[in-house]
Amino acid sequence: MENIKFVIEKSARIDKLVSTLYEKMPEIESARGILVTESYKATEHLPIIKRRSAAFAHILENLPIVIRDGELVVGSATVAPRGAQVFPEYSYEWLEAELDTVSTRAADPFYISEKTKADLRAIYPWWKGKTCSDLAKANMAPEAYAAFTEHNVFTPGNYFYNGIGHVCVQYDKVLRIGYRGIITEAKAAMDKLDFSDAEYVQRRNFLEAVIESCEAVIEYARRYSRLARELAGKETDYDRRRELETIAKNCARVPEFGATTFHEACQSFWFVQLLLQIESSGHSISPGRFDKYMYPYYKADMDKGAITKEQAQELLDCIWVKFNDINKVRDAVSADGFAGYGMFQNLIVGGQNEHGMDSTNDLSYMCLEAAMHVPLPQPSISIRVWNGSPEDLLIKAAALTRLGTGLPAYYNDEIIIPSIMARGLTLEDARDYCIIGCVEPQKGGKTDGWHDAAFFNMCRPLELAFSNGMDKGKKIGPETGDVALMSTFEEFYNAYKTQQSYMIKLLVNANNAIDSAHAMRCPLPFQSCMVDDCIGRGKSLQEGGAVYNFTGPQGFGIANNTDGLIAIKQLVFDEKKVTMAEMREALKANFGYGIQGAAAEKLTIEVAVELAKEGIDITPEAIKTIYKEITSASAISESDKARYKEIKRLIEETCPKYGNDIYEVDMFARDVANTYTKEVEKYKNVRGGIFQAGLYPVSANVPLGGTTGATPDGRLAYTPLADGIGPASGRDVKGPTATANSVAKLEQCVASNGTLLNQKFHPSALEGMKGLTKFVSLIRSYFDQKGMHVQFNVVTKETLLDAQANPEKYKTLVVRVAGYSALFTTLSKSLQDDIINRTEQGF
Amino acid sequence: MERKGRIFNIQRFSIHDGPGIRTIVFFKGCYMRCAWCCNPESQRYEIETLIEGGKEKTVGRDVTVADIMPEILADLPYYRRSGGGVTLSGGEVLAQADFAAELLRACKEAGLHTAIESSANAPYSDIEKLLPYLDLYLMDIKHMDSRKHEEYTGAKNERILENARLVAESGVELIIRTPVIPTFNDSDKDIKAIADFARSLKTVEEYHLLPYHRLGTDKYTGLGRVYALPEIEPPEKSRMQHLLSVAETSGLKCQIGG
Repeated sequence: MENIKFVIEKSARIDKLVSTLYEKMPEIESARGILVTESYKATEHLPIIKRRSAAFAHILENLPIVIRDGELVVGSATVAPRGAQVFPEYSYEWLEAELDTVSTRAADPFYISEKTKADLRAIYPWWKGKTCSDLAKANMAPEAYAAFTEHNVFTPGNYFYNGIGHVCVQYDKVLRIGYRGIITEAKAAMDKLDFSDAEYVQRRNFLEAVIESCEAVIEYARRYSRLARELAGKETDYDRRRELETIAKNCARVPEFGATTFHEACQSFWFVQLLLQIESSGHSISPGRFDKYMYPYYKADMDKGAITKEQAQELLDCIWVKFNDINKVRDAVSADGFAGYGMFQNLIVGGQNEHGMDSTNDLSYMCLEAAMHVPLPQPSISIRVWNGSPEDLLIKAAALTRLGTGLPAYYNDEIIIPSIMARGLTLEDARDYCIIGCVEPQKGGKTDGWHDAAFFNMCRPLELAFSNGMDKGKKIGPETGDVALMSTFEEFYNAYKTQQSYMIKLLVNANNAIDSAHAMRCPLPFQSCMVDDCIGRGKSLQEGGAVYNFTGPQGFGIANNTDGLIAIKQLVFDEKKVTMAEMREALKANFGYGIQGAAAEKLTIEVAVELAKEGIDITPEAIKTIYKEITSASAISESDKARYKEIKRLIEETCPKYGNDIYEVDMFARDVANTYTKEVEKYKNVRGGIFQAGLYPVSANVPLGGTTGATPDGRLAYTPLADGIGPASGRDVKGPTATANSVAKLEQCVASNGTLLNQKFHPSALEGMKGLTKFVSLIRSYFDQKGMHVQFNVVTKETLLDAQANPEKYKTLVVRVAGYSALFTTLSKSLQDDIINRTEQGF
Repeated sequence: MERKGRIFNIQRFSIHDGPGIRTIVFFKGCYMRCAWCCNPESQRYEIETLIEGGKEKTVGRDVTVADIMPEILADLPYYRRSGGGVTLSGGEVLAQADFAAELLRACKEAGLHTAIESSANAPYSDIEKLLPYLDLYLMDIKHMDSRKHEEYTGAKNERILENARLVAESGVELIIRTPVIPTFNDSDKDIKAIADFARSLKTVEEYHLLPYHRLGTDKYTGLGRVYALPEIEPPEKSRMQHLLSVAETSGLKCQIGG
């Protein structure tokens, strides 16, 4: 028997809430867009921070509100479930261009009515040249802008087009003193202002903006209170009427004042979470250590006997559903990268408290239970692991992992705490870290982390080393020499590093340009009033008000570069089986293989356009010919093709690969990772903080791989790059422990903006208490070796079928065979079939 | 000259062959020829060629203990956390008893938990070579009727049963396991007899029933051989549950699967 703690029956209400939420396609609404435009037009005389609070107040006063059937915790940004508002102050051109296609696109479609389209078309002209994005572009060096938009070396698109988000505010403070308390603090800070202070005006304006925002929030909650009372008056069902009356009472009290019950605390929490995402379009608004700050309210109610565990669980489950009610519309390209309407609201349980003691409590288990009751994408639930983590909490987490939703993500206190202390956090603050967005650690309530500053494709500088700094016919990088003339591996490795260092400078320029634009055009007084020390300094977060300021751009492609550089060293310089010139030509020619799929279509169009420019008549036949040449590489001679294919074979079959627990290879991977991380950390941001690198691509390894040519690890052009800090797809063949050992050898501590390791398992590997226990020890062992993060993809029958069809993608998939477990793709076809069939029986 | 052993695989992260997370070393060569064997490439001592997915694969290599210890030790952190270790399997470990003893000794010296999966069909003197370095013996008892045993495995069972008694008396932890093969040993009577025998052994506390599977059949083709039991279906889950309850009447702690 499995003995898993806090198995609580799910209330019937929850599935109904979920089906209400998912009955329609998400919809775009225009209310916020119209309101922000109205307010901006009326406030041109005001300083920007006051314009922001005025706009926020105008929105909250007029935004339509709704209480959905059966809700116990209320507050929605849109009338339509899972709808999205728009934020023209950040950027709008992409949506304007996509108004007619956004409902039919493949990734994350949104319904949009003709009325909404007309509304948006009417407001957009006013914003021309006035957006945050316009200013960011103007601020940027042209070289940096080109590296990002034309040459795909990196993409800071997230913050270029949208709000920053990526913050964990002081939820605990709002729960404790309410916005009335924060207004009192802001007033006290105003009273203390020195008339002779040079920054008097800036500080006063900011504090006034804070007060205006908090008052608007209080009034917004009162609108919900009135609506609930009105609905209660009309409600015929007795139980529901009582619930609506409680909602009315709760919203009259919170978030204006401190919460006095667990239900009020839940409602107050939700208003904070919701309103942050109405003020700005930034995603990854992360609740952080929810179990820790909610616990006092739960405990007080439990001690008084005012609530049962089942009732508390129902409230948590209601919040879990609400997390999925918040949505965001992104441009089509970004939607591909964030497919699945990702909001990245990261909630973390367990781990040490400020004093280094374990902070696990009932709610830690109940949050995991909520994630089992509500198997939806949001929130991203995480768990902190250290030597003092109770085994039964990790067992519960493993049971959640087994469900196959990919949750929770596991984090290692023992590496993250020293890692962020090395960035200047105090010991107490470091111990109290939470996770933002995907994998980024920060001390909540004190940090502006700018965690998802950019994705940096480390394979592009390697390409530039081969082309001597040229890309698409333009010189975009420094001249590092003709590779054909290089006589040592070090010479080539240095050329790569030189290219990369230069591109990192451009990245820093782009990030700082965007950062300044946000301070100038979109400071956020409401968000800022819940992060120290904005009120004390009289400055918004965007102007450097936080205690800790960082900029965290992510590098990825470590595995591809490691395997590629090792292949060059071995084949060109050690064994001399291939010349550098041959390698360069082989890469250019995609190893003699044609280009396939969407990339081939794109290239065909590009070539046709170029030819047309030269005055050549492009007939349908001509297009066919171009396409055929591209897909079959027919322009390359057969002998060259054979040679290039042989080079690919030599790389694949004779060179060692990262991810197989080979010491020398893994140590080289560590050096390759450090070429990025140790370069990035040299730079300062505009908020008085530093840059710190992360090593993870989210899912950008796929779209950005789509703009990267063939790489010397044998990877074909325009195919995905390696995911996270893991090995290149299918190249690790020794199972999960060997992979984890390799990955643990990277200097993860230096990547203080986070690292990411994905592993895949079959649910049978987690079968029974024994399976769960062994799984937990696998995590602990990886963490003993200084791994920072790991998450698991527990696969289903569908995945197994895909693995069978595409074995190269699944080489590390572990399945239980019979009395033993094995790598799925190493099994024979009939064995695979057998396992797939057994899966159907849920063995 | 250093002693060499012949193995055909080292499999890390094994979680069903003894406690915790384990590494299995598969020995090549076996004394028996069980008709249902799922690892036919383990039976012959000779190095062979197996056709897998259209590609030729050499099965078997000769290694010293020093050759393979680094790979075994690579997962030390996992053994420590999970209470795991190393399991020697096969083939028949006892067919290379001196090498097996040397390998187990090196593992013991490195502080690892050690186990073997073995049929015990060997002179006891060979088993004795391993015992000083062995923590757990996972022993198969396939049938109590020696004639039937011989018919399906090529060997009588008297020596196996005697060795089971001797191993139990030696004090090494012993778990008895039975591969449940329909038509061969899946009757209530067959299982009850084995379970009762296991119960009679001093120190034995656990008995495992391993359901028959056809997962090695492709490998027979790959080796140019014919699978002897093509018509047998794996036992139903309900049948296994029933046999489990039969086995439990012995008073031993019983389970399905390793």
